[in-house]
Amino acid sequence: MKDAVPALEIAGLRKSFGRGKTSREVLGGVSLTVNEGEFVSLIGPSGSGKTTLFRLIGGLERPDAGDIRIGGRPANGRRGLIAYMPQQASLMPWRTVAANVELALEIAGVPRREARTQSREWLARIGLGDYAETYPHLLSGGMQQRVSFLRALLAPQPLMCLDEPFGALDALTRLKMQRWLLSIWEQNRRAVLFVTHSIEEALLLSDRVLVLSPSPAAVIYERKVPFPRPRDEALWTSPEFNAIKQDIYERLQAYGEVGEGAR
Amino acid sequence: MGNKGTLRVIWPPAALSLLGLAAWQLVSDLGLIEPWLLPSPLAIAREALAIAPRLLEHAAATAQLTLIGFAAGTAAGLALAALLHLLPGVKAALYPLLVLSQNIPIIVIGPLFLIWFGFTLLPKVLLVALVCFFPVCVAMLTGLAQSDPHLAEYMRMIGANKREMLWKLELPNAMPYLFSGLKIAATYSVMSGVIAEWIGAEKGLGYFMLLSSKGFQPARVFAAVALVVAMSLALFAAAAAAERLFIRWRPAGGDEGGRPK
Repeated sequence: MKDAVPALEIAGLRKSFGRGKTSREVLGGVSLTVNEGEFVSLIGPSGSGKTTLFRLIGGLERPDAGDIRIGGRPANGRRGLIAYMPQQASLMPWRTVAANVELALEIAGVPRREARTQSREWLARIGLGDYAETYPHLLSGGMQQRVSFLRALLAPQPLMCLDEPFGALDALTRLKMQRWLLSIWEQNRRAVLFVTHSIEEALLLSDRVLVLSPSPAAVIYERKVPFPRPRDEALWTSPEFNAIKQDIYERLQAYGEVGEGAR
Repeated sequence: MGNKGTLRVIWPPAALSLLGLAAWQLVSDLGLIEPWLLPSPLAIAREALAIAPRLLEHAAATAQLTLIGFAAGTAAGLALAALLHLLPGVKAALYPLLVLSQNIPIIVIGPLFLIWFGFTLLPKVLLVALVCFFPVCVAMLTGLAQSDPHLAEYMRMIGANKREMLWKLELPNAMPYLFSGLKIAATYSVMSGVIAEWIGAEKGLGYFMLLSSKGFQPARVFAAVALVVAMSLALFAAAAAAERLFIRWRPAGGDEGGRPK
């Protein structure tokens, strides 16, 4: 696995906003790697530039310095190379659930007919088959996020970027969604970069956890998560889980700030 | 939003209108108002029935003028909205002037059009089109520019290009706005058609009203007014029905009002 080309490689990424005295450096040399089939979580205090980092990876902004490589190819300022799941479900209210899933595939260049077959098949598989022809406002928040995740999962780009996808859900729904995402991902391993505020969520899902400093952001700590897969929430009671959690918590606290949801 | 909902919205104003008509009839019957000043509703209805063929002929002329003007104005409004949306520089220069142009009273423009284009259908159609054009153009421009920022960000993140942004985000998003504009234009169009006929025509309800008013026949004026109101309502209802047909996705009750349910 290690000698393969990483799904995402970021080296020395810098980005500032504004000019002169009001200039603020948001990213102060971020470097990280996500390998093929690896689930990597990014934890950092609020305002640590995670959104900016995602916009750079998505190609909406260009870095001031540094390199982004996706699947080995230079990706600075290049769009359409990632599958993306935002914090808000962001489903088009005028498209049916199935048509929303197809939208992501159409824009990625998947032929319409194939997109249709895939969306039907997968909506049925995740238990939303009955909702394929309804409009998104009839779905609960958790169901909308499932559709949003499915949209990213089916997109053909090998790298998935998930930007705090469960941040807006209530605690119980969030728990269910973590378990659900885990089961789908473990059958279907893709390279994932996952931003979260919750250490527990990161530990449950990831192969590796990266800790960001407050801005200007840099990766200050990296921790492998050694638990075997498939995982379940029984993990939370294990002493090792709590030891790692404590360890990451202290790293975050060393910078004087702890994100919400980290306990 | 089904028939039940429509009925629920319609019956209070309908009941009030009936009550008002009854009161009006009563006041006339008691002889409190001279009939040549204000004829009773029944007298107006009788008069309308008596001259029905003539009245309908005038109504047909007005309907033709209104529909052509409405269609032309809508088409022009959509075309300009699309152009201004795709060329932001032109929009910045032209949009304020467009708003400013709405302060010119059409009652002034009407006679000018007659001088320029003669006593044909053209100046009257242009007048109606001019009135319908503005609400459609502004509504469409607003709708195109007011996409949900979360949706726009999502589309850009997954690599949507400008064309895809337009067809898959901005245009669908603009549809409810467009229908709001169409409903306003529909309401204005009949009235502006009547004004156009008032200024210069030899048929149509506007012409008929002017003639009846000058001939001291208030019952005929009121009969024509009732037809104008009915035509406005019919056009509005048609726009609303088209809206319901095209836009099935909006959550019930989750709209921004101004829309009959």
